[in-house]
Amino acid sequence: MQSQTSNISIAFFFAFMALTLAITYWAAKRTKTTETFFAAGGEITAWQNGWALAGDFLSAAALLGIAGIVTSNGFDGMVYSIGWLVGWPIILFLIVEPLRNVGKFTFADVVAYRLSQKPVRSAAAIGTLAVISFYLIAQMVATGALIKLLFGIPYSWSVIIVGTAMLIYVLFGGMLATTWVQVVKAALLMAGGAFLCILVLVQFQMNPVRLFAAAAERYGANVLQPGSRVVSGQWDAISLGLGLMFGTAAMPHILMRVYTVKDVKAARLSILYATGLIGAFHLMVFVIGFGAMVIVGPQAVLKAGGGGNMAAPLLAQAVGGNAFFGFICAVAFATMLAVVAGLTLSGVATLCHDLWTNVIRAGKATESEQLKVARVATIIIAVVAVVLGILFEGQNVAFMAGLAFSVACAANFPSLVLAISWKRFTTQGAVASILVGTIGSIVLICLSPTIQVDVLGKSLADIAEAWWFVPLKNPAIVAMPLSFAVAIAVSVATPVMDADRTFREMQRRILMGPSDPARAGAGSREEG
Amino acid sequence: MTVSSKALERGMIALARSRLTVAASLSFAMIAIYFGFMGLFAFAKPVLGTMLAPGLSLCIVLGPLVIISSFLLCLIYVYWANTIFDRNVKSTMEQA
Repeated sequence: MQSQTSNISIAFFFAFMALTLAITYWAAKRTKTTETFFAAGGEITAWQNGWALAGDFLSAAALLGIAGIVTSNGFDGMVYSIGWLVGWPIILFLIVEPLRNVGKFTFADVVAYRLSQKPVRSAAAIGTLAVISFYLIAQMVATGALIKLLFGIPYSWSVIIVGTAMLIYVLFGGMLATTWVQVVKAALLMAGGAFLCILVLVQFQMNPVRLFAAAAERYGANVLQPGSRVVSGQWDAISLGLGLMFGTAAMPHILMRVYTVKDVKAARLSILYATGLIGAFHLMVFVIGFGAMVIVGPQAVLKAGGGGNMAAPLLAQAVGGNAFFGFICAVAFATMLAVVAGLTLSGVATLCHDLWTNVIRAGKATESEQLKVARVATIIIAVVAVVLGILFEGQNVAFMAGLAFSVACAANFPSLVLAISWKRFTTQGAVASILVGTIGSIVLICLSPTIQVDVLGKSLADIAEAWWFVPLKNPAIVAMPLSFAVAIAVSVATPVMDADRTFREMQRRILMGPSDPARAGAGSREEG
Repeated sequence: MTVSSKALERGMIALARSRLTVAASLSFAMIAIYFGFMGLFAFAKPVLGTMLAPGLSLCIVLGPLVIISSFLLCLIYVYWANTIFDRNVKSTMEQA
């Protein structure tokens, strides 16, 4: 199957690479300051940023993974689709204004704003880098395996190709190139998904209900009903939901994109567009998953390998021929590239802007020095991602994506929300909360069946009796309240004198933004 | 403190309060909708599995409704913030 179609896939793949490298060349000439490197100079429009946000967030798992889960389990795949969407309104309602009006490049700008810069930024960097490392490893390993499956390229080479492409985009083109790679990818993904969806629905008089009825007729009505194969355990389902909702709302590579538009109005609009695009895409994937169930069949999908990931490409082949199969494979590839580029860039922002500029150099680094550090950081992250990607070949790292959301939800979200809304939040409270959230999530997941059974291969019966055993596969329901509790307890124990004044000043900044007349000329954006 | 800065201070507090009210109510609505759905998914699977028609179960209606309501809540907020709220911020700043 691959040998006949790989030429078409590879042609699409080269077309995508040529286009994105041309964009990078154009962007490189305009990337001369940290403002352009990290925030595209604030010149992205709301509409473009909405597409870029969708491109940043929709990973290969959103198309290939969820379609595969729906094909083999039916409705349950939608639990993930919904979870990945409901965090967006939370970003819009609670996070976007403070983030945009107070911060400069990273969410640590907001958390550290009225607290002590060095400890808070160092702790926030730990939380952020943990999220990014776990997510990046999960993406790299999935990418290597998928490219091997889709294009027949050996695993190590797949990882190296992806690592090199993302290095080139970020190193030379910064946020500007990354944004356009994400926009192009999102457009291809939406177009490919919509076309696939239409080709499926044409066979069912354009009525999804007929498609679902056909699936129920062939595989039983339970494919339309919630089951417990995808998410087992009642509290685990709630915990998964918490992690997805509040983790999405604190994902550093997503939050970073609010700085790429010109003002808070455009930032709000871009979140609205992204929510619409991502929601529409998830609805299409649901149809694609059922389409693959009815037209290709779960058995054929499983036989193709990749743990169900071939559902969407095989469906494309069945309804659109080899050319469409090649197109969907190339789209999946573009999808992975755009996501890892976005993750890398936010890791670079943390290393350069938070750690180097504001912790090591205490805010006194020159533009050219910051850019140099940013580029070195890009190379470091790309090399680490490729090496870890190759080392983890064949390992079960699917849990790492879930862990990234849990850490974001337990370490980043509480400190961000309390920094914005609670006057008596202190430096010690912020540091303790971030560390407890990060370490708590990791420890809980290590003691859970996710690691003990799925990764280490122990039997559930053996470990279920151990005193340290944690029955939850998703740690958010414990780690997030724990992080909030620690933040509050430590803050109350370490009161500061001028909390009233600094909090009022921050509230004012959240409302008025850097254009506040009372602060005009203060160069407020530079102090971040 | 001058008269205008006092007025500005009062205006700011009112603005902050209005934003908090809208943002908190919409967040609460989103959390209630989502965890209402996840609660049914976790604790009342048979209810979500109720068949309404051939090919249509309750969860297949509610799932997409959660997605659509997320978008609608965003739409309400952006409309409010980009028109009413921003106008109030601007007029408060001009008064100062």
